[in-house]
Amino acid sequence: MSESKLKRVDLIFGEYSSAKYKVLADTLKRSNEEILEDLMESGLKGRGGAGFPTAMKWKLAAEAQAKQKFVICNADEGEPGTFKDREILSRVPRKVFSGMAICGKVIGATRGYIYLRGEYQFLLADLERELDQYHENIRILGFDFPIEIKLGSGAYICGEESALFESMEGNRGEPRNKPPYPTTNGYMNQPTVINNVETFVNVVMIMRLGPIQFKLLGTTDSRGSKVFSVSGDTPIPGIYELELGMPLDKFVEEFGDGDTKAVQVGGASGFCVPRKKFKETVIGFEGVPTGGSMMLFNSSRSMYNVLHNYLEFFEEESCGQCTPCRVGCQQLRKGIVAVKKGNKKAQYLDQLMKLSESMKITAKCGLGQSVANSFSSIVYNFKEEMIY
Amino acid sequence: MTKKINLTIDGIQVTADEGTTILSAARKLNIHVPTLCYHEDLCVAGNCRVCVVEQEKVRTLPASCATPVSEGMVIHTNSGKVRLARKHIVELLLSEHNADCTKCYKNGNCELQSLASQMLTGDHMFLDLVPDHHYTIDMFNSAIIKDDSRCIRCQRCVRTCEELQSVSALGVAYRGNHMKISTFFEHPLFEVVCTNCGQCVNRCPTGALIERNYVDQVWDAIYDPSKHVVVQTAPAVRIALGEALGMPPGKIVTGKMVSAMKRLGFDSVLDTDFTADLTIIEEGHELLERLKRSLVDRDPKVALPMATSCSPGWIKFLEHTFPELLPNLSSCKSPQQMFGALVKTYYAQKRKLDPRNVVSVSIMPCTAKKFEADRPEMRSSGYKDVDYVLTTRELAIMISQAGLDFNMLPDEPFDNIMGTSTGAGIIFGTTGGVMEAALRTVYELVTGREVPFEGLNITPVRGTEGEVRETSVKITKPKAEFRFLDGIEIRCVVANGLAYAKKVMQKVKDGKANYHFIEIMACPGGCLGGGGQPIPTNKEIRLKRKQAIYAEDMGMPLRKSHDNPEVKELYKDFLGKPLGHKSHELLHTHYTPRKRY
Repeated sequence: MSESKLKRVDLIFGEYSSAKYKVLADTLKRSNEEILEDLMESGLKGRGGAGFPTAMKWKLAAEAQAKQKFVICNADEGEPGTFKDREILSRVPRKVFSGMAICGKVIGATRGYIYLRGEYQFLLADLERELDQYHENIRILGFDFPIEIKLGSGAYICGEESALFESMEGNRGEPRNKPPYPTTNGYMNQPTVINNVETFVNVVMIMRLGPIQFKLLGTTDSRGSKVFSVSGDTPIPGIYELELGMPLDKFVEEFGDGDTKAVQVGGASGFCVPRKKFKETVIGFEGVPTGGSMMLFNSSRSMYNVLHNYLEFFEEESCGQCTPCRVGCQQLRKGIVAVKKGNKKAQYLDQLMKLSESMKITAKCGLGQSVANSFSSIVYNFKEEMIY
Repeated sequence: MTKKINLTIDGIQVTADEGTTILSAARKLNIHVPTLCYHEDLCVAGNCRVCVVEQEKVRTLPASCATPVSEGMVIHTNSGKVRLARKHIVELLLSEHNADCTKCYKNGNCELQSLASQMLTGDHMFLDLVPDHHYTIDMFNSAIIKDDSRCIRCQRCVRTCEELQSVSALGVAYRGNHMKISTFFEHPLFEVVCTNCGQCVNRCPTGALIERNYVDQVWDAIYDPSKHVVVQTAPAVRIALGEALGMPPGKIVTGKMVSAMKRLGFDSVLDTDFTADLTIIEEGHELLERLKRSLVDRDPKVALPMATSCSPGWIKFLEHTFPELLPNLSSCKSPQQMFGALVKTYYAQKRKLDPRNVVSVSIMPCTAKKFEADRPEMRSSGYKDVDYVLTTRELAIMISQAGLDFNMLPDEPFDNIMGTSTGAGIIFGTTGGVMEAALRTVYELVTGREVPFEGLNITPVRGTEGEVRETSVKITKPKAEFRFLDGIEIRCVVANGLAYAKKVMQKVKDGKANYHFIEIMACPGGCLGGGGQPIPTNKEIRLKRKQAIYAEDMGMPLRKSHDNPEVKELYKDFLGKPLGHKSHELLHTHYTPRKRY
């Protein structure tokens, strides 16, 4: 392998501090303003994919007036091609709990919940054991912030924050109308901060190392590092923590098999980048953002099959409440089949492209708005594969 | 004071209260934004996305029904982007929808259809998905037919069933492309808690939920020379029928309605109000009987409070939800069923007809009445007491089919016998009406004096929507036989809409209520807001219908049920006395406990 290796980072999975929950204990001594200032300074953005500034989210929730507030860790890692939260929860759960507790302190929350993906039930026993220790430790610290794990039931849509609340409340997992946003009307209609697993760990690392150290990593728009789930046609699939803001060609150089024709960035709801755009594409909030999923495809793969697979997934995993997502996904998948079979002319793809644009701007939730991303990016870049 | 928000819609600067939606701000400017899943009576869903608008500096198009106004927001309701998005959405809905409009009961009265024609969706932009869906039709119910192939998943029905009625017979099942509106374990409607109230039918924008219609059967009976077809019309029909025939809401069309039905060929056009008056006599005596048994005989078995039993949706609700409270229901049949039982006995005798050849039809603002007429216990005349129940909408269809110019028809009076009624019978059509009618009679029965309210208008019981109205009437100086009621306050409660009924009955069940008499109507506003009434029905329209009902009451020469001369004659010639043997045989019924799902 060449020398131009991407910089590996060891923040997330790095070793725990010497004493148990030391970072949490230290942070609890600081004022909320100081903590928020550090977060703001660090430029940390949510690691779930949407990239909302974490400090801003916490500040809004802290300012909201309510008797009860909640902190929720979104561990409903359901995006195809993403498997980093699983690893974080099994390797450094303490950092996750600490991050949640710090958030609880800052916003004045009474409880924390981890919404764990149903398929990750095998993590439950270990996490519960670890949580017992956490509760023991915060008792010694004289801090009251119990954390509980709630298990999902396997619906992709419940990773959408408001659908997740509905699911936690015992309702059908369907996204809510926004506004109002979770920071004022979240779980049980109370102010709630919901962050990705990785975001909470980042908070802890910022508290430990300081924002300046954190800012040394990444770019202006994308500070810090990111845990990537690398899969597909790569000789070295797995989980890698890399600096944000890397150019895609460097990534492919290191992880590709030498014949990479496309990378799907951000999972099934993300964007497909073709070989000719590797050089100009930056992985980060200024370029193509990702919740961590990087799927590589070499020239033996049919992008038609790839897209068909994604659309089939969304056809089933849309919650079904809003028209653009429910019917749009069916039309997109059946549409490419019709074109492939010759039942519809190639021009029909143009019609579907327009539809995909409408879906992106009219769907009710963030998921519905992103289901057409893979369609539009694959059809745009690999049109001939759709037709012939 | 509410905060004011300044925004711009289509170039017009407006100020709106904080919390109002873009949609309502636009409507105030007379800008029409199309909607589909939105309904004034229901909570906002924001799931059809037809009402999207463009907001400057925002990437997505917000749904105007679900997005509150915010300071400085600049909205365009008719930009190219919006127009294309809306067209796409309607096309998507159509692609999933069985758009066989000419075979649809709602043809011509379908919100999806009118949106489609507005948007010129003729070119079948997308693939037809209907063949890929294995849609089913639930046609096993006597009142409501549910055709999934016409469903656009707007969830108005689900919200209606849950919010307005607290029944939750309908819910959402599955997800994604398989998402559908269904029942508990996908049982047919007749096997679940559905009360047949038809509020969902009234709000369904398409033909997915419709009433089972009996228009052709009624025509057949009319055309059969061997049949004598009698029709009865409920009080709430005459104040709403006009809406289905092009008139504004709140018009009283009693005379035209009678005249139209005579022209349709019914042999006798009669009035359910007559048996409404009869119901008051029977129910009033039943209440006094229960009070006596409780207060004088100290009988622990007597069930108080007593609840009215005119609303079949309410009865089925109680059978499912509070079966242990069934003894509290008055044993009186509803006016429709009393009428049916008398038509094939008393009426047939008087008119010298063979009851076998009498066909009894009723026009009701209600879909649950169809189910009620089909109950096995509703055959006390020896025949099916009411053969066919038509909704207000079905009658309007018959009138249109016959080519009658409804507006130009002369006013005609009801036929006799069983066509005379009082104002007390008419107010059965609104919430609080049965209570008021009963009090007018019971008070006078007990004291010999008229109720102490000006103009007989017992306004404290005239409830409005969305409340449980409690009131009491004090009995003073009763007649000797009712001395046990001296000084007693008759505590009454009135509720409409099953969600409110549930609250009242829960209180009764928990022993926290000290009522004597409960009036419940299953539908919001009472029968005037019934599931069989013209579409649309909403709060504003219900208010106009209510005003019309009270106006009709005020205009009647007789306003108290016990003054109805035909009712007196009925007791003299046929029934004997209230709660007598014959009454029990024909006018009273029993109830069936049902499952809770």
